[in-house]
Parts: sequence; structure tokens; C-alpha cells
Amino acid sequence: MTEHVAPAKLKPLDYASDQEVRWCPGCGDYAILRAVQRVLADNAVDTANTVFISGIGCSSRFPYYLSTYGFHTIHGRAPAFATGIKLANPELEVWLITGDGDGLSIGGNHLLHVLRRNLDVQIMLFNNEIYGLTKGQYSPTSRPGTHSPTSPLGSVERPVSPCSFALGAGGQFIARQVDIHKNLPAVLNRARGFRGAAFVEIFQNCLVYNDGVFDSFTQKKTAADHQLQLEHGEPMIFGAAQDKGLRVKPGSFELEVVALGENGITESDILVHDETNRALASQLVTLRMPEFPVILGVIYCEPAASYERAVLDQIDSARTAGGAPELQDLLQAGRTWTVT
Amino acid sequence: MTVSAAEKTSAPPPPERVSAVIRFAGDSGDGMQLTGTQFAQSTALMGNDLATFPDYPAEIRAPAGTTFGVSAFQIHFGAVDVLTAGDAPDILVAMNPAALKVNLPNLKDGGMVVVDIGAFSAKNLKKAGYDTNPLEDDTLSKYQTLELDISKMTLEAVKHLELTNKEALRCKNMWTLGLMLWMFGRKRGPIIDWLKGKFAKRPELAEANITALNAGHAFGETAELSGSLAHQEIAPVKVEPGLYRTITGAESISLGLVVGARLADLTLMLGSYPITPASTVLHNLARWKQYGVITFQAEDEIAAICSAIGASYAGALGVTSSSGPGIALKGEAMGLAISTELPLVIVNVQRGGPSTGLPTKTEQSDLYQAVFGRNGDAPMPVIAAATPVDCFDAAIEAVRLAVKYMTPVLLLSDGYLANAAEHWRVPDIADMAPFPVEFAHDPEGFQPFKRDPETLARNWAIPGTPGLEHRIGGIEKDYDSGNISYDPANHQRMTEVRRDKILGIARDIPEQDITLGNDAGELLVIGWGSTYGAIHQAVRRARAQGLDVSQAHLRHIWPLPRNLGDLLGRFKQVLVPEMNTGQLRTLLRAEYLVDAQGLNKIAGQPFKISEILDAIQSRMETSS
Repeated sequence: MTEHVAPAKLKPLDYASDQEVRWCPGCGDYAILRAVQRVLADNAVDTANTVFISGIGCSSRFPYYLSTYGFHTIHGRAPAFATGIKLANPELEVWLITGDGDGLSIGGNHLLHVLRRNLDVQIMLFNNEIYGLTKGQYSPTSRPGTHSPTSPLGSVERPVSPCSFALGAGGQFIARQVDIHKNLPAVLNRARGFRGAAFVEIFQNCLVYNDGVFDSFTQKKTAADHQLQLEHGEPMIFGAAQDKGLRVKPGSFELEVVALGENGITESDILVHDETNRALASQLVTLRMPEFPVILGVIYCEPAASYERAVLDQIDSARTAGGAPELQDLLQAGRTWTVT
Repeated sequence: MTVSAAEKTSAPPPPERVSAVIRFAGDSGDGMQLTGTQFAQSTALMGNDLATFPDYPAEIRAPAGTTFGVSAFQIHFGAVDVLTAGDAPDILVAMNPAALKVNLPNLKDGGMVVVDIGAFSAKNLKKAGYDTNPLEDDTLSKYQTLELDISKMTLEAVKHLELTNKEALRCKNMWTLGLMLWMFGRKRGPIIDWLKGKFAKRPELAEANITALNAGHAFGETAELSGSLAHQEIAPVKVEPGLYRTITGAESISLGLVVGARLADLTLMLGSYPITPASTVLHNLARWKQYGVITFQAEDEIAAICSAIGASYAGALGVTSSSGPGIALKGEAMGLAISTELPLVIVNVQRGGPSTGLPTKTEQSDLYQAVFGRNGDAPMPVIAAATPVDCFDAAIEAVRLAVKYMTPVLLLSDGYLANAAEHWRVPDIADMAPFPVEFAHDPEGFQPFKRDPETLARNWAIPGTPGLEHRIGGIEKDYDSGNISYDPANHQRMTEVRRDKILGIARDIPEQDITLGNDAGELLVIGWGSTYGAIHQAVRRARAQGLDVSQAHLRHIWPLPRNLGDLLGRFKQVLVPEMNTGQLRTLLRAEYLVDAQGLNKIAGQPFKISEILDAIQSRMETSS
């Protein structure tokens, strides 16, 4: 009889590197780091087989603080590095850390393509609606009117919605969560289990340059009434008293908030979340406060073949079909002649 | 027209030439590149040495009949080694007035013009900018002319096949090819086989093209052509025994990268974005999947290089290929590869610049960009290929240095080399010295930036290796641990070690040799890249005239060969012919305080031998 010894349960701090964390005290990044370490520990992830890749920005210092492999690259380009890494070694677990500036401004192009190709990677976009590391300029997700060093009279730009962008780019896994929410590890765990590009937008508070920008739905007194935490197969109900829900507005192709118990509305009138329904997802990502709650959790999840797998399968079939030819054959391919 | 048996037997034997230059020119849609390529293939199989020069517009199909839509293909072939595509054509084949207008100024005096008079309509003459018909005035008086209604004869030859007029007319390039094959005694067989393969799905088109080819050939046989218009012989060149094929620089560089990766025992991952004239490297590697090659057509130039760096980080050989404008976009990522000390090969197939410049024309104006074009002190080895065949060896050398020194390497080719073809004696991979990579694996005392004391290369630890987990990035690193460090003394030390590592490569590359001539004397002509052939022939001719001239040609642009300063100092004069305004010259002056003089051509066209010879002669006159 073989004796099984259960391995000691890993703790989040087992995944911390020896480097001193250099984010501002109180930054939302700390909560996200802890959530990621929690997911790694819960899954007893092999540090040797895991790579965290980032671009440039506050969020992109993330890899230095984990005991896995890490690559802090250049601004906006982390998805391209991740693509090369997965093509070279598809067995590696790859996490990609980016922010609203890194991922949607300078790196918007690469984010579009990594999503459309469906590379097997977890993408965490820390959205603080501001440029932190360059000291407080407005970002592509900043709200109109944001005052900053480069918009002293208030930003006149219309912001991009990260989840709308990701869905429009062809992302097959779209989720959203708040940095300090207890469900963040659960959402990241789902992303980790997805074999493809799993996009997670994380509302992250920058207490130096944009403090409180998410308070209207993240604080104790606001959260329950302004957050809708999705559960696949469950009705989309929210509110401190669990008395509000989403339904399709009769006679139109849009959603509306209704109060349970009013005008004869019962739970059976409320839409049930189906994370495989793309049309529903495309509605959910557009909902905005104050008319609607902020939609959190896994918005869309529909597995599809991953990019690196498709590329490497094609190479395998070409090798098999070609009878694994010798490289020497390639050198002397085509019309040749012999001189004696 | 028939030739009687008596005339045939009394005819003198075909005149023998040492070499000939033919330029096929027509509209972009006339199939001149195919015609030239097929003539080259047939010539190769006859055992002549050859060099080709495709010269085509950037527009895919410029308006028909215009001068800017003219596409040309020049081939130089001979019984001796030819090295360049030839200065001036002996024969110009002009399929329309525009082709004649563009190419006639370059034809050798007394050379031959073959024109399709069927295309010399009033409309086409006007489009080409001719006020009067050049066939009727004295425009062609210096030349021998062969005025044939190729369009009409092609239509007649294929009439029985009931093609549309347009389809039938498209066979006129094969008719012309047939005539030229006859003129130089080339075989039609390989071309007929190729046509059958190319038109396998449209056998009627295969038949039409073959019929036109045979008709052109038969015309040559039966027409009464005399003088240099007659059948000519060019004997095979004497070469080393072995298996041969023709190869373009683009094929050669692609094969070199694949073989280099094999010698390093690594998987090759090419990340690239289409750009003229570098796309062929991506095309080639994309169809070599059966050899385990991975290609990634990235969303842009930046993603292309970043994916290649990612692949190297994960233990493959990352390669990226582009041309000048794309290389500019890759600059920041090159800096990251230098800072993180990861192997990478960056291929720059140079074209005319600046900006979009001349996409399909050749130039050597990216030397500064290659050696200096990055922010920070960011040194990188730079290697330049000299001939289409040399691209193979240069690519292998680039891979060897990249993995041995843990560094990106810039490999310079150009539009001329990429498209030009020459003979290649196929090497045996088994005869090449492998340089297999050994990844770090021992956690004992592991530091990501621990260096080999001799090469100064850091060890290469790849994800997936237990116990070697570490973090790297573009922020300055501590000399030993690789952790982030803003320490002033550390930055000085790191900058110097990155410099010294690259400069140390000079100990690992051959000393600069003299290709032709003495290793001291009056004049050294020193070049780099695709000017090799023209410089070589010019120096050879100058020496035949008794001039004390030598040739040296640089493979390694950075670091420069360790004896180069001494070598330059042994000559009274140094001449640097370049297809730029003097970039290597500046580098040589800066490094060696030598009064190097330039010969600079920035016309989008390769040097002619005569241009370099003239420059040599004028310098020798002033010095004597």
C-alpha cells in the first residue's frame, strides 16, 4: 500500500519574490497582487512553468513581485512578447499584466490582435482611468471632464470601454471585477482555466492621481446597490435588498432595471445570465451608471481553439504529411545540376 | 522565310562570346520577370555563370503603356564568373515604346534592340512621351534593330486554340523568350516542363504558352538573321565539381537562418510583417513548416520583433525581418533585447530611403541606423552580406554570434541582393560545424546575469527550468543579480560591459583580408554589401591596366575586424564606394582617423563596373 502524504497547503506569500514592492501605500495593485498570489497558491501552480509578462506603467511592475518567471517588457507590447513565448513553448502558463494606458493607448493594436487570435493567456487590465507612472495625465478610459496636467480645463475625449473593446475584438472570455472585491480570485481562477485569451478588466483605485473615481460603486454603502455580480445560470438580481433586476425592455432590443415586487414583476421576469450568449454580453458591457449597475464577474465565456495550438498543429501536420523531410532536401530543392 | 541547305552548310560556325547581357523590358503586366527568370533557369542548366537584376516598379499594375509602369529583368551570363548583372545590356528586348524609352539610354553602343512593333501604336507612343516614332527616325541609328510584330505572330501561332484575344496576347512574352533561347542556344525543355506545372489547371493556357515559345524559337531558326543577330554560343563556365542550383539572396538568407538554427540546435521562430523588399523571407519560411519552422505574421513591425524576442526568451531562436522603415519601428524593442541580453537576428533588406523612399529599389543607406540607430548606448553586432550566395553564410554567422554572445545581431542585405540570382554550390549540412546552445539548468549559485568570463555573455535560463525562476526587463539591472538597480556606479559598469561584450566579438571574427591585389600600396577600394561584384570587377580591370589597386570587402560592420586600422594605414589612398552619401566612410574616419574618400551613388540602382573603374583611374591620375 502506498502512503499518500498530502503536500503542505501553499500560502499566497509562497508566491512572493524577494523584491520590495514599490507601489504607493494603499494602491489597489496590492489587493490585485494578493488575489493573484491566492489563485497561484490555491492551484499549487508550478512557478518554474509560469511567466508573468508586462508592458510599462505602474501595473507593469507586477512580475517583479512574484516568484515565477517574469518579463517586464516595453510599453504596450506585452501581447506580442506573450505570442512569441507561447509559440516557442505552448506548455508555459502565461499571464499578461497591462493597464488602461499600456493596453488601450500605446498598446491598443496588440491587445486587439491577441484577443482576436485567442492566444492562451490571462490578460489582466488594471483600469485606474489615469496615467499613474507618468504622473497623472488623463488616459483613454478617463471620463470626459477629467482634470489633469495635460487637460487643465478638463478632458474633451470620449473614453473607451475596455470590455466593449475586448468583446468587439473577438475576445472569447470577458470578465470584470473590482480590485478589493472578495470575488477577484474567483474571477481570475476562471480566467486561468480558460484555454484562450481571457480578458479581465480590474477597476483599480489610484489613490494619488485619481482617488475615489470608482467610489460610487465600490464603497460599502454603494456597492450593493450599484454592483451586479454575475453568476452563470442565475437571474441578474442586485441591490442591498436583492430587490432589483435586469430584464429585456418590452418592445425593444435593450435592457432595463426593474424592481421586484413592483408592477407585478417577479423573479421569473428577470433575465438569467448565460455567459455563452454573445448578444447578451454585448448588451451587458455597455451598461453604465447611474441608470444601470456596474456589471461584474464573468460576462462572456465561449471556448474556442487557441492560436498557438492551431499554429503548432499545422506545423505538426505539415511535418507528418511531408514525411518529416531532412533539411538537406530543402537546400537542394528545385532544379539542380551536377558538375563533375 | 527559309534558309537553303547549301547556305546552312556554308554558314560560319556560331560566334562565341565570353559573356552577354540581356535586358527584357515591358509593361508591368507583360510578364517580363517571368521571362527573365525562365531564361536564367535555362541558362543555369547550360552551365553558364550568371547574375540577374530584376528592376520593377512599386506599383503592382501601373497604367499600361506608361514609362513608370515599365518592368525589366537583366541577366548577365557567361563562360567566366560574371559577379554583376552587367553594366550595359548587349541586347534590349522592348515590348512597348515605354520600355524602349526607359531602357534605351543604357544600351551598349552597337547593341541590339528587339522590339515588338505591334505595340508601337500611336496611342502607346504618346503614353511613352514619343512625339515621333523612334522606329522611323534616327533614334535607333546607333544600334542593330530587330523589328518584329511579336503581337501578331503570337496571335497567329495560338489562333487554333481559340483563346480570347487578351489571353492569346499574354503569350507574347513566351514567343519572345523562345526567340532569345534560340539566339543563345538554350534548351526549351525545362521551360516547357515549368509551363505545364504552372498551368496544370488550365491546360489550354499551358499549350498556348508552349506553342508561342516554340513559335518564337522556330522563327529564329528559319529567319535569315545575320551578324550578332544570329545564333550565338557561350561556353559553360569552369566551376568546382558539385551539385548546383540557382538561388536569390532572399532564398539564400532564408535557408541560412534555418540552417543556422539547426546548427544552434534551436527551433526557429520568425516574427515578421510584410514589407518590400523583405517579405520574401517571411514567404519562404512560412512554407517550410515541414522543417519545423514557426512563422508569425504579426500585426505590425513592433509586434514582429517583440514576438521574436519573446520566442528567444522562451528558448527558441527569435528572428525578425524587415526593411528600413520597419527597422525604424523596431528600435525600442532592439534596445530591450540588448538590455536583457537575449539572442535575436534582425534582417534588414535595405531599400531606398528616407521614409517610404524607393520601396523596390536598392540602397545601402541604413548603415548608420544599424550601427547607431537606438536610444542609449546600445551596441549590437552588424553583419553585411556581399552576394546572393553569401547571404547564406552571413545568416549562419549572425545566428552563431547571437547565441554565443546573447545579443541581437543586425544582418544587412538589400533589395538588389534579395532579388538577384546566381549559381550556388549546395553545401552539405553534415560538413558544417554545429554550435549547439546549452541552456542554464543548475540552480546552485544561479544568477541571471552571470557572465562567461571570456565572451561576457550571460547565461540563458529559460522558463520551464525548475529553480531558475527570475525576472528580467528593460530597467537597468544589478551587475550580478539582475534585479532592478538605479545605482550610478552600477549603470556605468553595465554600460561598459555591454559595450565590451560586443567589441570583444572582434577577437572571434576573421581578420580583414585583401580580396584582390597587394596588402599595401597606392589605393585600397573598400566596400561592404552588394557592391562587392562591381568593385571586384573594377579592381580587376584596373589591375589589368597595371594600376596598383587592391580590394577589401567588409563582412563585419560592427565590431570592425581587429586589423582593419593597420590595413587601411598601409595604403596611400582609401576609396569607399557606397550606395549612400558616405556612411561606412564616416565610420572608418571616426574609428581610424583615415582620410577615406567616397564614391557615392544614390540612384536606386547598383553601381556599374565602369563607374568604379573611372573613379579608380581618376584617383590614380591625380596621385601620379
